[in-house]
Amino acid sequence: MTEKALLIDVSKCTGCRACQVACKEWNGLPAVETTCTGTYENPPDLSPDTWNKIKFTEIGSTSDGTMRWLFRSERCLHCTDASCVEVCPTGAVYHHELGFVAYDRTKCTGCGYCTQYCPFNIPQLSGNKLTGMQKMDKCTFCLDRVANGLEPACSKACPTGAISFGNRGDLILKGSSRVNDLKSNGYSNAYLYGEHELGGLHTMYVLDEKPEVYGLPADPQYVPGYEVVRQDILKPLGWALIAAAAGGFALNFLVSRSRMVKAGKKEEE
Amino acid sequence: MTNHWIDLKNTDCAMIIGSNAAENHPMSFKWLTKAKEEKGAKIVNVDPRFTRTSSKSDIYAPIRSGTDIAFIGGMIKWVLDDMTANPGNYNMDYVKQYTNAALIINDSYKGPDDASHPGLFEGYTPSTTSAPGNLGSYNKTTWGYANTTTPNVDTTLENPNCVFQLLKAHYSIYTTDKVSQITGCLTSKLEEVYRTYAATGNKGKAGTILYAMGTTQHTYGTQNIRSYAILQLLLANMGIAGGGINALRGESNVQGSTDMCLLSHILPGYLKVPNETDTDIDAYLGRVEPATVTPAGLDGDKSANWWGNGHYKQYMVSLLKAFYGDNATTPEFGFNYLPKADSKTNYTHIGLFEKLNEGTTIKGMMCWGQNPAVAGPDCGGERNALEKLDWLMCIDLWETETAAFWKRPGANPASIDTEVFLLPAAASFEKEGSISNSGRWVQWRYKAIDPPGDARPDLRVMDELMLKLKEKYSGQTAHNADAINKLAWNYHISGEYADHADPNVVAKEVNGYNMSTGVPLTSFGNLKDDGTTCSGNWIYCGMFDADDNNKAKRHDPVDRSINQIGLYSDWTWCWPINRRIIYNRASVDLNGVPWDKGQPVIWWEYDGPSTKWAGDIPDGGWAPINVAAAGSKYLPFIMKPEGVAHIWGFGRTDGPVPEAYEPWESPMEETIRGVLKAKGGEGFNDPCCYVGKLEKDGESQNEHGSFSDFPCVGTTYRVTEHWQSGPMTRNLPWLVELMPDVFVELGEDLASEKGINRGDKVKVTTARGSIEAVAVVTRRLHRMTIGLNGTQRQIDHVGILWHWGYIGLSKGDSANILTPHVGDANTTIPEYKTFLCKIEKA
Repeated sequence: MTEKALLIDVSKCTGCRACQVACKEWNGLPAVETTCTGTYENPPDLSPDTWNKIKFTEIGSTSDGTMRWLFRSERCLHCTDASCVEVCPTGAVYHHELGFVAYDRTKCTGCGYCTQYCPFNIPQLSGNKLTGMQKMDKCTFCLDRVANGLEPACSKACPTGAISFGNRGDLILKGSSRVNDLKSNGYSNAYLYGEHELGGLHTMYVLDEKPEVYGLPADPQYVPGYEVVRQDILKPLGWALIAAAAGGFALNFLVSRSRMVKAGKKEEE
Repeated sequence: MTNHWIDLKNTDCAMIIGSNAAENHPMSFKWLTKAKEEKGAKIVNVDPRFTRTSSKSDIYAPIRSGTDIAFIGGMIKWVLDDMTANPGNYNMDYVKQYTNAALIINDSYKGPDDASHPGLFEGYTPSTTSAPGNLGSYNKTTWGYANTTTPNVDTTLENPNCVFQLLKAHYSIYTTDKVSQITGCLTSKLEEVYRTYAATGNKGKAGTILYAMGTTQHTYGTQNIRSYAILQLLLANMGIAGGGINALRGESNVQGSTDMCLLSHILPGYLKVPNETDTDIDAYLGRVEPATVTPAGLDGDKSANWWGNGHYKQYMVSLLKAFYGDNATTPEFGFNYLPKADSKTNYTHIGLFEKLNEGTTIKGMMCWGQNPAVAGPDCGGERNALEKLDWLMCIDLWETETAAFWKRPGANPASIDTEVFLLPAAASFEKEGSISNSGRWVQWRYKAIDPPGDARPDLRVMDELMLKLKEKYSGQTAHNADAINKLAWNYHISGEYADHADPNVVAKEVNGYNMSTGVPLTSFGNLKDDGTTCSGNWIYCGMFDADDNNKAKRHDPVDRSINQIGLYSDWTWCWPINRRIIYNRASVDLNGVPWDKGQPVIWWEYDGPSTKWAGDIPDGGWAPINVAAAGSKYLPFIMKPEGVAHIWGFGRTDGPVPEAYEPWESPMEETIRGVLKAKGGEGFNDPCCYVGKLEKDGESQNEHGSFSDFPCVGTTYRVTEHWQSGPMTRNLPWLVELMPDVFVELGEDLASEKGINRGDKVKVTTARGSIEAVAVVTRRLHRMTIGLNGTQRQIDHVGILWHWGYIGLSKGDSANILTPHVGDANTTIPEYKTFLCKIEKA
């Protein structure tokens, strides 16, 4: 099947956050309790209840005319060379036939490897305080919409056309042409992020500044080789864990609990 | 909007001033983004703050809040100078033939440059009363044309008393240096904006101005808009695709509510409200109908003067027939049932609350989708004024601060005698009806779900209220009882609406129909002054076809118009008579050929079986000036008595051309004309602005603050995530998550001086009160240097969100605790956008 993708053109994004709300609305995600900490940006981080958020960045200065206020929708980039898929011991995280990274929540053991090896820090773990069970959540590419011929909620809600959904090949052409336009309008650092990164991303960005300025790694890395080797050992072990869980999930409780203590700063908060 | 949202894609340059379009009208950027991408259009943003709009603009020009007239006045001067040097870069035919630039003004006129009254126009008398009201008024007799019926014309534009030369003289002092000293905007930036925007004066180029409350909410808000109008006329940008003056309405149906007489000075369709001098309909018509003025010496020799020539009576009588039906009989047609306004009373929001505060005349209030306890100027004083009411009815989706004023923080409910009724209203998805968007498109909406509980559509509430009133008044003969007893009120027909008012029936009445056949009228041209037709709003006449189809229900998503400029003429319907771009007769030359052939709005078809206009619905079907016979060469601006547009606008109360005055509270010591602050209102502030009075127990709640006590310039505004006074959004968890608290924005210079860090709690104070909020310290605001004649001083802006109040899921202090009870000279719209304040760590 033809690979699908999203193209986010930051030069057209006004930071209105309709996509952020549409994501919550479609996916039934509850509001997070927040406070204003002196910025428009909220919630402060992605979380199990926030799969898409706009990152606000101020650079330059109004007094000398160099001021820029940058907006970028931060969410799963749906890599082709996806570390999360590779390290997932249970196969819960997988590539959908349309190219994006989907996951089966019922198979997730909450081990947290995906959160550790994602070069973009996207997957988020939530824990059940009572059982200690953890689950990973992130942007699903609106699988339930896309599989039924609809576009994702974020692109549907975008008022300016900053988010486009379509065939990945078409979007690369569209993005490249926008990058050329931006370059000819003086944005010398304009760049189509995701055409080649990590074997090709399924959330691509038209950037008008260097990736780092938008909080994206210039050269995102796939999970190192030895980790993959570890995966090959861990994967069967993961299945064993599931078996244990089915039996009474005592072992699972211990493993995920310890993982939660290690990685679970957010839980503490 | 003179144009419409989609038309923004046709522009070559959009100047967004007094508006944060990206924030408050996100969809505008769909079309502006297209213009940028497909036409290489430039976006210029003029604003005290670097906003989400600025982030998508090619040029950002920071100005001190309240200095639009200086900023635009400088551009007008720049354009006038450049016109002399490079007339080929401008559409001089348009300026000479379609505006009043060439018309000769009374030679007794003296402007604010006259040494005998610096800063003032000829004819000023200051007010001597201590009552709240306008600072003064003008005798405007010298402001008009030398010959008031057939003004003389000099199309060389050289006569020193022609509008063009008077304009030049008026703005000659608005040099970029002076403008920079007033606005705080660097001269290099001013010149960059002026040069960029003036380029739209070329034939075939279009510039649009987008404005909103940042323009209007000043003591000279009307004149701010006038300055845009003058500029757009000089640049020949009115009537063309991608041009116009586009008021971005702050609510989806503000245009509709204005059309239907939300404001106190008009009846539906902008007919004037009768006053105490209108003893009968003829007296009224004699007062309101403009006499036709025919300029002598333009190529066009005929003025349509649409408000004259008997139309006013046709529209008024048809309105009275809609109101009173069979009771509207000759010769008065029920005119005397209409309430008459007292011409000396100010019925606007500010005036109303002052009357309310006096506690003698106003006993009850219906607050319909309004929340003055948060949204009103000097709202602390207005909250106190509500205590004077015997009863208050609020109708809204949620409990509002106004409905809860009796239990507000600091109030003692036991001492408040007001009886409050809170009626739950249906939301837009829960009722059927129309909204008219900023582009004048009347769009029908259907009910998606039933309203919850007892919530009802506004129409149903109004209907039940009126029927109960009719029941109570039945048989009574007291004065004014006829206003209710004679009212025709029959909106229950059948089916879904058998028991309550049917919006479809209301819509048909608004459109108008033949009184004997009931057949809808398809144009206001069919309205009669003899009582045989009715129309609840003449500008909506034509929304129905003769077969009872409501065109506002059309939803053809394809642009089928022949010129393919995004008119979408079969998508719903727009007033007047589906004309998508108004003043479009000015988009063509004297032969009917579009100035811009690339995106023509209308054009005269010389070929084919019959000669006629093609494209959009023209502003009158008469042949082009050069084609029509002598005596029928109609001038393009058909709503003006003289047929040409007003560069010189002598109808305003505070001057025929905008002059740069200071806000009521200003950090400046003098004006561009050297009028000192010490002189008070006369020529420093707008000399006709409205200064209110809100006393409590003999103490003023509308104090004036000085720069020495309050050295920062405060301004208030909204964000995308919240809506107006907040009930509709501060109760929604997803939106509260995005913007959980009231915050103020301040620049890094001010913050470091005050020891304020990002996220700190701060206190902002004005002479009226103080609020607490979270500090957003940002480089998007910077310290500006201002001051004329070497008296330099540095000022900082403090920007405050006004969405919050003491009720709802997210609570916070209301910014309007800080704002003054002062208003615009012409409209009394409050000066929410500029005041003096101070800020400190809380």
